[in-house]
Amino acid sequence: MTLAALHKNTGAQAVLGLLIGIAFGFLLQKGAVTTYEVIMGQLLLTDFTVVKVMLSAVLTGMIGLYILERKGLARRHVRAGSLGSNVIGGLIFGIGFALLGYCPGTVVGAVGQGNLDALFGGVVGLVLGAAVFSRLYPSLSRGILKKGSFRSKTLPELLHMNQATVVVLLAVFMVIVLVGLEFMGL
Amino acid sequence: MLGFLGLPTWSPYIVGVAIGLLVCLSLVISDRPLGCSTGFVKTCGLIERVVRGKDVENTEYYREIPPRVDWQFTILPGIVIGAFISSILSGVFSPEWIPPLWEATFGDNVVLRIAVALPGGILLGLGARWAGGCTSGHGISGNLQLSVASMVSSACFFIGGILTAMGLMSLGG
Repeated sequence: MTLAALHKNTGAQAVLGLLIGIAFGFLLQKGAVTTYEVIMGQLLLTDFTVVKVMLSAVLTGMIGLYILERKGLARRHVRAGSLGSNVIGGLIFGIGFALLGYCPGTVVGAVGQGNLDALFGGVVGLVLGAAVFSRLYPSLSRGILKKGSFRSKTLPELLHMNQATVVVLLAVFMVIVLVGLEFMGL
Repeated sequence: MLGFLGLPTWSPYIVGVAIGLLVCLSLVISDRPLGCSTGFVKTCGLIERVVRGKDVENTEYYREIPPRVDWQFTILPGIVIGAFISSILSGVFSPEWIPPLWEATFGDNVVLRIAVALPGGILLGLGARWAGGCTSGHGISGNLQLSVASMVSSACFFIGGILTAMGLMSLGG
């Protein structure tokens, strides 16, 4: 089966989603980022596990995707953004993030390791939050979500630099941050 | 006997590198970046379809994100299973209502914990859909694709989260 045919096979994709989820949940739990104390520690700036996991994932994936794209094995899925969508939505998310102490991926992982507040507060709340958004969507999508649209979709477009340069600069920056965190004992 | 798989935690760098590779794998075999928050829209739509009938599929938002048991939905039960397996292998699985840090700060009242966690979950779900992604979809998958929207969103997740967490903890005893 070619990759294009696999992408269109919705049954196979539902199984792949499950398998990718299993791997992701396993890794999140092993990384301890499904733990309330670790997430709150990050938001209180006393435990940098979340940032270490995220930065090493972005660093690896950024280089991996750069290679895969050149080999024609993967393509980018980047959507346009706006101040009204990403800043306001991001800040609302942040408030919920701290009150709950988990994010949408880690909250389901926390359910898997037995956290009942993650199930009855988190998962129930997230479904209700999605219900609220689906009701607001018709008016939001014509108004605030379009306010202050970003002119560029990607960092290379924004900086007028080629992709390889941006990948190298970002990689160096992320390595410096990670080494810095270790150096400071965080 | 389990060795590495039975360790309670792995280095955040090993976990991060593996997640980065997993996103790459997902882009190759599923032509999708890894993300979680769309799954909650699917879950909500599937529940509404049972309660209110097939008409909900004509709602504007569900026309864009159809309530189906597909990739974006199955990743959620997948994460539950994966985290369950990991916690069983390392012997840390245990049903628990209140995290220790919460208990030390606000006491052992389950109602109080849920009274804060539930609105937190609602804001998290609302904010994720408002911003078009969460800590996985924007924070990892979007950022590694060099998306400007994802970088702005991730910064706002943490700005909102840090300010709220510091405010919340200052209320504790």
